[in-house]
Amino acid sequence: MSVTEPKTQPKRPSGFWSYANPVKFLALSERILPTLWWLSVICLAVGLIWGFFFTPDDFRQGSTVKIIYLHVPSALMAINAWFMMLVASLIWIVRRHHVSALAAKAAAPVGVVMTLIALVTGAIWGQPMWGTWWAWDPRLTSFLILFLFYLGYIALWEAIEDPDTAADLTSVLCLVGSVFAVLSRYAVNFWNQGLHQGASLSLDKEENVADVFYFPLLVAIAGFVLLFLALVLYRTGTEIRLRRTRALLAREARL
Amino acid sequence: MPDLGKYADAVLSSYAASLVLLSLLVAITLYQGRKARRALEAVERKGNDRG
Repeated sequence: MSVTEPKTQPKRPSGFWSYANPVKFLALSERILPTLWWLSVICLAVGLIWGFFFTPDDFRQGSTVKIIYLHVPSALMAINAWFMMLVASLIWIVRRHHVSALAAKAAAPVGVVMTLIALVTGAIWGQPMWGTWWAWDPRLTSFLILFLFYLGYIALWEAIEDPDTAADLTSVLCLVGSVFAVLSRYAVNFWNQGLHQGASLSLDKEENVADVFYFPLLVAIAGFVLLFLALVLYRTGTEIRLRRTRALLAREARL
Repeated sequence: MPDLGKYADAVLSSYAASLVLLSLLVAITLYQGRKARRALEAVERKGNDRG
């Protein structure tokens, strides 16, 4: 029986999927990370300095309105980090690209810090405005549950030795936690009770905060988004290197 | 420094807590990244030395 050469070579992934290759991913991230770090620092500095020093007090909330430049961007990133993890987890489940599983793992600690900042600044803001640090309001409660999901997700990665099994199980947890990420965003629309106000930013201009607060807030949000991207890219690179180190050590141990 | 009035504690503590958390996140991220890079280089060097 003769073995014939295949007529066509297996198709190599192109475009977006080519970055599922760890070497290509690392090369890309090394190239764009310096720009991302600098842009995030510039946007954060401009947004926060503009918001803190050069915006007036709100006629009802006084100077506490300045907390908006930290609270809203961090809350936004807390929810969107989970959605990024969801997309990466789905890519892992469907296409089994290791880089996507590692990107989800890398994003979780960033997401948990964003959630913590949103919770802490929310409590500090709530005390003088609502007269309480905490209320079992739908949005606050769903945010606290999202925070616990982040901790559970990180703990699950650490608890399972086999990385592929860990990626499978954390992907399922990520799918379940997405319900609370959605609730965190839309809880105020689902239930009318509660202390938390509706969206501060909306495509519907009627609902937005006044322009004097709106523009520095947009810059601060851009800073948080860029910082998130820089951190996740860098951390994914770290995870890829750790995985490669473990693989080399395991191969060495077998020899 | 703007006049923050009676809410100065709330505003300043929000900024302090957030900046501390963000700085810690960045510092830990960079520390872990450098440590992982050094570890991989050491293992690869060891592998190359053995041929």
